[in-house]
Amino acid sequence: MIAVAAISSVERIRAILANVPDPEIPAVSVVDLGIVREIAEDAVTITPTYTGCPATLAIEQMIRVALDDSGFAHVAIETTLSPPWSTDWISDEGREKLRAYGIAPPPKGAGASALKNAQAAECPRCGSSNTEEISRFGSTPCKALWRCKSCAEPFDRFKCH
Amino acid sequence: MDALATYALRLGDDSLILGQRLSEWCGHAPALEVDLSLANVALDQIGQATLFLNLAGEIEGAGRDGDKLAFHRDVMDFTNCLLVEQQNGDFAQTIARQFLFSHYQELMFAALAASKDARFAAIAAKAVKEVTYHATLASDWVVRLGDGTGESRVRMNAGLDWMWRFADELFVMDDVDAAALAVGVGVDKAALRSAWDQRIDAVLTDATLSRPAARRPVLGGRTGRHSEHLGHLLSEMQFLQRAYPGATW
Repeated sequence: MIAVAAISSVERIRAILANVPDPEIPAVSVVDLGIVREIAEDAVTITPTYTGCPATLAIEQMIRVALDDSGFAHVAIETTLSPPWSTDWISDEGREKLRAYGIAPPPKGAGASALKNAQAAECPRCGSSNTEEISRFGSTPCKALWRCKSCAEPFDRFKCH
Repeated sequence: MDALATYALRLGDDSLILGQRLSEWCGHAPALEVDLSLANVALDQIGQATLFLNLAGEIEGAGRDGDKLAFHRDVMDFTNCLLVEQQNGDFAQTIARQFLFSHYQELMFAALAASKDARFAAIAAKAVKEVTYHATLASDWVVRLGDGTGESRVRMNAGLDWMWRFADELFVMDDVDAAALAVGVGVDKAALRSAWDQRIDAVLTDATLSRPAARRPVLGGRTGRHSEHLGHLLSEMQFLQRAYPGATW
């Protein structure tokens, strides 16, 4: 008989965190967004998205509660600033979830160099690229306001960062 | 405070005071999109201030954290540059202040990201990505107002004319700056000037504006000699901790 391999505690922690939603955009998890940087048996390392993001503290508290409730109260949460968070770290799955939620995901691999010449966002509702930026800053630090000229719907776009 | 603690304090104070100034626009900006933009820039600045002031407190080692430094110092203990404490005025004046400061801050953080001190480098590398957006926003508005209507042009020129006298202070290297530079932590701010000049001139050309007439620079913010305006700003920002010292929730 083959013994059932025990799922490592790191994998279990990863599964728990994959169910912790971002407080501002609950369609995606803190793992999808690349906020969770490292998982070890005794510590989870997270990084803030923007320096002033008000969700940072809420995210840490939600992770704490999720770990405590699953028997991982001994696992510490550490915060690191370096390397700085980038939208390149948002998973493919996370990008799809954002699109389904109505937020145009950031182009991949764009990084900081593309900040000044943002290419047209694809409308998350109709898929058209005939879109325009209304405001580079939106309802949260990570989003910009766009409008689709094909279906006339306004939408949020996750900013390249 | 030793030189490096003061260095962190100055960076934090610049961000804190600008963030507080910008937040005064919240709910008052000329359009919803502008309101969102200025509030977002304010939030980034306050986030950066939190990190730098916490670092200043950590280096000082006297038990003060970012909150203590922000809310329990009086006006003469603040070390921000005079530019950021200038009143908002009209929208063009706010944009003029943002334009001159954000281009400086972007160059400053880009250089500081190479600091030998990993703590300064980490904050700067993170913050520079945010400030790139601020500089772009301010430049776009300088062009839009400068090359806009007769009225917007007059106001943009007036805003730049007032703010210009506070720009030189950004690049002054005093003893604290020299000490931080000597140990490989700080930035040679004077060396940033030519890149800043090029950026400013390029945007002004796009905006069909010219540089304001040269004026005698106004200095003193780094050593606590501030304008009357800073005290008013602090009286609002620090009200709660002054009325109820040590209050927490």
